[in-house]
Amino acid sequence: MSDHSQSSPLKMYFVVWGSLLLGTLLTYEAALLDLGRFNAAVALTIATTKALLVALFFMHIKGAHEKLLKLVVISTVFFLFLLLVLSMADYGTRAWS
Amino acid sequence: MSDSTVVGLNHEEQHRPELLHHFADAQQQRDSSSFGMWIFLATEVMFFGGLFCAYLIYRGWYFGDFAAASKSIDARLGGANTAVLICSSLTVVLAIWAAQTSRRALLIAMLILTMLFGVTFLGIKGIEYKAKFDEHHVPGASFSFDHEEIPGHPGQYANPRHAQIFFSLYFIMTGLHALHMIIGLGLFTWLLVMAWRGRFTPEYYTPLEMGGLYWHFVDIVWIYLFPLLYLIDRHA
Amino acid sequence: MSMATATVQPVERENYLNKHYGVGSWLFTTDHKRIALLYLISITFFFFIGGFFALLIRLELLTPAGDLVQADSYNKLFTMHGMVMVFFFLIPSIPAVLGNFLVPLMIGAKDLAFPRINLLSWYLYIIGGIMMMHCMLTGGVDTGWTFYTPFSTAFTNTKIVEAGLAIFVAGFSSILTGLNFVVTIHRMRAPGMTWSRLPLFIWAHYATSIIQILGTPVIAITIVLVAVERTLHLGIFDPKLGGDPLLFQHLFWFYSHPAVYIMILPSMGIVSEIIACFSRKRIFGYSFVAFSSIAIAVFGFLVWAHHMFVAGISVYAALIFSLLSYAVAVPSAVKVFNWTATLYKGSIRYDAPMLYAFGFLGLFTIGGLTGLFLACLGIDVHVTDTYFVVAHFHYIMVGGALMGYLGGMHFWWPKISGRLYPEGWARLAALIVFIGFNLTFFPQFILGYVGMPRRYYQYPQEFQVLNVLSTAGATVLGVGYLLPMIYFLWSMRYGRPAPDNPWNAAGLEWKTPSPPTTFNFETEPVVTWEAYNYEELDAPHKEEVPVVR
Repeated sequence: MSDHSQSSPLKMYFVVWGSLLLGTLLTYEAALLDLGRFNAAVALTIATTKALLVALFFMHIKGAHEKLLKLVVISTVFFLFLLLVLSMADYGTRAWS
Repeated sequence: MSDSTVVGLNHEEQHRPELLHHFADAQQQRDSSSFGMWIFLATEVMFFGGLFCAYLIYRGWYFGDFAAASKSIDARLGGANTAVLICSSLTVVLAIWAAQTSRRALLIAMLILTMLFGVTFLGIKGIEYKAKFDEHHVPGASFSFDHEEIPGHPGQYANPRHAQIFFSLYFIMTGLHALHMIIGLGLFTWLLVMAWRGRFTPEYYTPLEMGGLYWHFVDIVWIYLFPLLYLIDRHA
Repeated sequence: MSMATATVQPVERENYLNKHYGVGSWLFTTDHKRIALLYLISITFFFFIGGFFALLIRLELLTPAGDLVQADSYNKLFTMHGMVMVFFFLIPSIPAVLGNFLVPLMIGAKDLAFPRINLLSWYLYIIGGIMMMHCMLTGGVDTGWTFYTPFSTAFTNTKIVEAGLAIFVAGFSSILTGLNFVVTIHRMRAPGMTWSRLPLFIWAHYATSIIQILGTPVIAITIVLVAVERTLHLGIFDPKLGGDPLLFQHLFWFYSHPAVYIMILPSMGIVSEIIACFSRKRIFGYSFVAFSSIAIAVFGFLVWAHHMFVAGISVYAALIFSLLSYAVAVPSAVKVFNWTATLYKGSIRYDAPMLYAFGFLGLFTIGGLTGLFLACLGIDVHVTDTYFVVAHFHYIMVGGALMGYLGGMHFWWPKISGRLYPEGWARLAALIVFIGFNLTFFPQFILGYVGMPRRYYQYPQEFQVLNVLSTAGATVLGVGYLLPMIYFLWSMRYGRPAPDNPWNAAGLEWKTPSPPTTFNFETEPVVTWEAYNYEELDAPHKEEVPVVR
């Protein structure tokens, strides 16, 4: 894995760390608010943002010199979504039958 | 008759002990290791994915009962654990940076700190599990979940059978996650030993990277588990 | 490249077989070729175990009454037949034997990316196999290889957890093989071996590996859930607790449908290699065949609930999955058309590998078309859980995957062993397999259509003739399978030494000696020609003409 540029990655790591902790606090506080149906969406959006931060900056996907790793991540998430969404095709429509 | 005339390899690289014979050069070996670890993480995503699928379906079916059950687990402990893991991911990247910049003492310190965070996580988990055990929320013969109100619906009580499904998923998902954490601690013990022996240099720290990727993955799983398990309908 | 003389005991060059001797040199090898042979022995063993169960099934079905075994025992027979054949034969077979042996050779590499993980995957397979054998010898399982809930979690007393864990371990072996192939194919191709110059065998294994990587973990977690529910009585699938037994089926089939593509894709890769060689032509529509492999891998994940049409899913989901199941047939059809077009105006030779390829073409087409019948909701309601389904999947698995495997074993046997198999016997065996196969399984289409259910050990008198035909065919088929075992073993000692390229075939593997040295290539090859360059190979006394694209 090639070294990062000399403009220290340390600062970036601490910024990401702070953002992750902030995101955790946000998640907790947002859950205490009544957002109706959007509570779940907000929680998952924050969670996905946090996961992206970890993946892009801590796991070094951002700056990876090949697109291959991004392809692996995107494909995996895609297939996971297939499992979730197509199962919902059954569970979401059973009541209609 | 072994083949040593490999195209593109200089004399010094040929004799580096970490370079395995079937690779053309160190870069290819590094790229292969990294790619291999990412593919392994892909399998782990699908492994946990089946559990998330089950969770999503039952949450949709039994939202009220799940909300009641979720309320009974301690979200502050869950949140604390999230913070613990986030800090441990930081110490992991700092450890790798230390290896990249030949700071052996810092590397060892960061590895130990990471493991301490991991143990803290498991400790808090243990406290949570004990609380569930004491409240008879562990599924099985002695499970009971009577007269728990569904949040936002005063007078309506959660169906204990459905709540038991929540707790089954809670224990299986967090238990599997904790198992991965324990494996991670084992991995980092081995990395610590290697670091202590001075095996990592700015040119070679691949095992650290691979261990780091695994650890970050375990963190990401928890990032999703926390809101999904602990924060269902907390506002009511 | 030395050619051995035609005496009984040629002077032996050093190669991967004789480089080191002793059991330890085999059990601790990291040479992909030796690991392929370790797998060959193991999967052949399990093939005969699975075949033994099949024999008992067909013996019971000779008569309408249930008179050979009891009903519970019969349940165990078809369960063990399915579990062993699916998880310990079909899924590993081609990737672990021919894939392991050929992938590095075909791309010009010295080994796979992770040789020690390759060895680990064999050990995991063996451990899983031992667990399965122990499970079978101590009572077995009676749920069908699909171990549906709630019978498997709450009612049966057989060894579900042990069998499940055996499959879990074997599944991990499968994942590691797939992981190894993907990294190898991406990272270790020789200079000049671009993606569009790869043999279609490699494309097929790449697609297979994607399925192994993404699908197997889901059945792994499903097995964990079943084991947890059985032992700790936590209810996820238990209707008494509000759980949904269909959830098990969704999770199970999410893997097990793509699993059938794990079984067939490598075989299609083999067929591409054989048809090209024995028509002396580049595969027609190379890019289409290559991308159809990837398409099959992706589409294969979209259709799983077609196994659940009558299980209780919503009719809207059934409609969606039916439509998707029609779509998944398209890439397979693309392949069949392209193979046929390759044959057109080709210079056809009828050596044994080609006979198996022809068998594949016909039988896979029948199997695939009957799959379309099953994708149709109306027909499926009538024939689901009958012998029609049994015939359909055996046409694909045995008429397709296994024929391809045998064709591949014959095609590459000279490379693997350094010996030629006896061609006359091989052609005879191919013919016996083909006849035996059709006699065994075609009657089953009819049986299913007229209403004989699967997994039943007794049936109405009027079905007996067809069942007797089927059992007779199975006997013939068994003979057909035994013959190659015998003459392959014979050839290792008495077969004529093989030249490096007995078929004058295209592909980097044929540029190595037969058998190859441990590190495959003395110098790293540099590829400047397209795949299947048969015109150049057949042009007499001409140098290899590099094709610049």
